[in-house]
Amino acid sequence: MPIIPQDDQEYLRNLFDEKLEHGVTLRFYTMGVSPLSVPGQDCETCSDTHELLNELVGLSDKLTLDVRDFYVERVAAAEAGIDEIPAIVLEGQNKGSVRFIGVPAGYEFATLIEDLVDVSRGTTGLAAHSREVLAGLKDPVHIKVFVTPT
Amino acid sequence: MMAVESDKVTADVVEVSEFPHVAQRYQVYGVPKTIVNESIQFEGARPEAALIGAVESASAGDGTSTR
Repeated sequence: MPIIPQDDQEYLRNLFDEKLEHGVTLRFYTMGVSPLSVPGQDCETCSDTHELLNELVGLSDKLTLDVRDFYVERVAAAEAGIDEIPAIVLEGQNKGSVRFIGVPAGYEFATLIEDLVDVSRGTTGLAAHSREVLAGLKDPVHIKVFVTPT
Repeated sequence: MMAVESDKVTADVVEVSEFPHVAQRYQVYGVPKTIVNESIQFEGARPEAALIGAVESASAGDGTSTR
């Protein structure tokens, strides 16, 4: 049974056809598949997140899933600022870094969809003043928004 | 959205129920909770202007905590 209901898949397929402009890669840091269970190297939601993302990228040829084994590529993950999994890094027309840490469930799934569109276009609905402030930033800013599935 | 527009911005959405040690570190008792540059923080949804103000303050090094 798919994670994304069929009606929602149809809706998203149409949304992506209409709104995605350039390609977006979802770089997904997860736990590698292994018959062994290593203490300290478990991830309860990695499998479900992987399945969700597989379904999602199947809805548009502009979406690509790039799966990375967090424990094998620890150095690359650290360089990308990833220290928890599952983690999704969106790569497209965005200037900064957009990341989802943990499964994008509930309301956060809608946020992921909105961000995919924005990253694909390289533009957002931010007000002109906000854009001016962002253009004038001198030093890095790291925004963390903590949420729970709703 | 801000991270899409600026190469200075990194934006993380963290599903904190999966990471209780993170919730504890950042004292997340209610969501959404937003923390900017490990200093400015606020709970609940805020209008865009408020978040931009926080981003501007954080970038300027004015680590005022707002609630």
